[in-house]
Amino acid sequence: MDPTLDLVVDIASGISFAIGGIFLLIGALGMIRLPDVWARIHAAGIIDTIGAELIVFGMILQAGLSQASIKLVLIGLFLFVTSPTATHAVANASFTAGLRPLDLRKNQASDVLGEESKP
Amino acid sequence: MAKAIGLSVALFALWLALSGFFKPFLLLLGVLSCALTLYLAFRMKLLDDEAVPIQLRLTLLLYWGWLGGEIFKSAVAVSKVILARDMPLHQQLIAVPAPQKTDMGHVIFANSITLTPGTVTVETRPGIFLIHALTEEASAMSGFAEMGRRVAEIETR
Amino acid sequence: MTMLLATAAALFIAMMMVLIRLFAGPTLYDRVLAVNTFGTLTVLLLGLLGFITERPDFLDIAMLYALINFVSTIAILKFFRYRALGRRSLQDED
Repeated sequence: MDPTLDLVVDIASGISFAIGGIFLLIGALGMIRLPDVWARIHAAGIIDTIGAELIVFGMILQAGLSQASIKLVLIGLFLFVTSPTATHAVANASFTAGLRPLDLRKNQASDVLGEESKP
Repeated sequence: MAKAIGLSVALFALWLALSGFFKPFLLLLGVLSCALTLYLAFRMKLLDDEAVPIQLRLTLLLYWGWLGGEIFKSAVAVSKVILARDMPLHQQLIAVPAPQKTDMGHVIFANSITLTPGTVTVETRPGIFLIHALTEEASAMSGFAEMGRRVAEIETR
Repeated sequence: MTMLLATAAALFIAMMMVLIRLFAGPTLYDRVLAVNTFGTLTVLLLGLLGFITERPDFLDIAMLYALINFVSTIAILKFFRYRALGRRSLQDED
């Protein structure tokens, strides 16, 4: 490949890795720092969506046009589709088990669920 | 019929992408396994809008691009909350109307809300979702209305 | 190469921090969330290892791990909600 293009792709994947890695570390810090499971779900959301996708994108740039990049696209697609479902499953299970967020500012659960919303 | 063709094309493309071999014998095995999967899917009555979502508009790809931008913006917002010295949490459970007509539209809308850091779909009922929002800005109703409108545009041809 | 190693190091630190949450708990849902996130990070680390050792076979393992991770999260949550993974007996059918 043309060496200038090679360098540009390398720098782009480096930027993608750097931003993704920073988001991963912030998300992991949030997993430790945030006070309860409801807030930690959002920290896990940062890791699962933006951090993971940026790192996969950086790896796609590293792989270039090959079978490896197709597989990486598939991995990114799997993560993109499955991670919200898993997050929703955790949130829904803890809601059903009666856990509620700490010092809730606004609660409209009864608007959606009617009488079943009592923990 | 269109569903069957769509599923078999998708399955064979997946088989080619994962194997990467183009010998005639291996290709024959791939065709056979795709045919078997298609038969099983037909027998399990899986050839509907959920398993083979070819009723979605192709502008779904544009929507994913827009969603990526939204995810980045709200990830930065949640990162600021995590890195702040005293974390300004305003946790709330809010009811959000879902204007989509089909189940697939509801699924895309709920997943998009969950994918955006700062908001998580907790419970769903027909036409209305219960959302947990981490901060005051994340719970702005205009953002949900914008996203719901964009999903309603792509759900059917 | 340095870039890949640095990213792998960041991933490793993030995995350690998630492990702290996994051991600290306190509720079941914290732990399930931590296991799920740990699995996502493992998928990324497997992919990066494939690039560092220059063996693209690792990507297949990473892909399978992504799928198994999702299924296991759902299975754990289902088990702890219903205390069963399928029907208990034929009488429970309806």
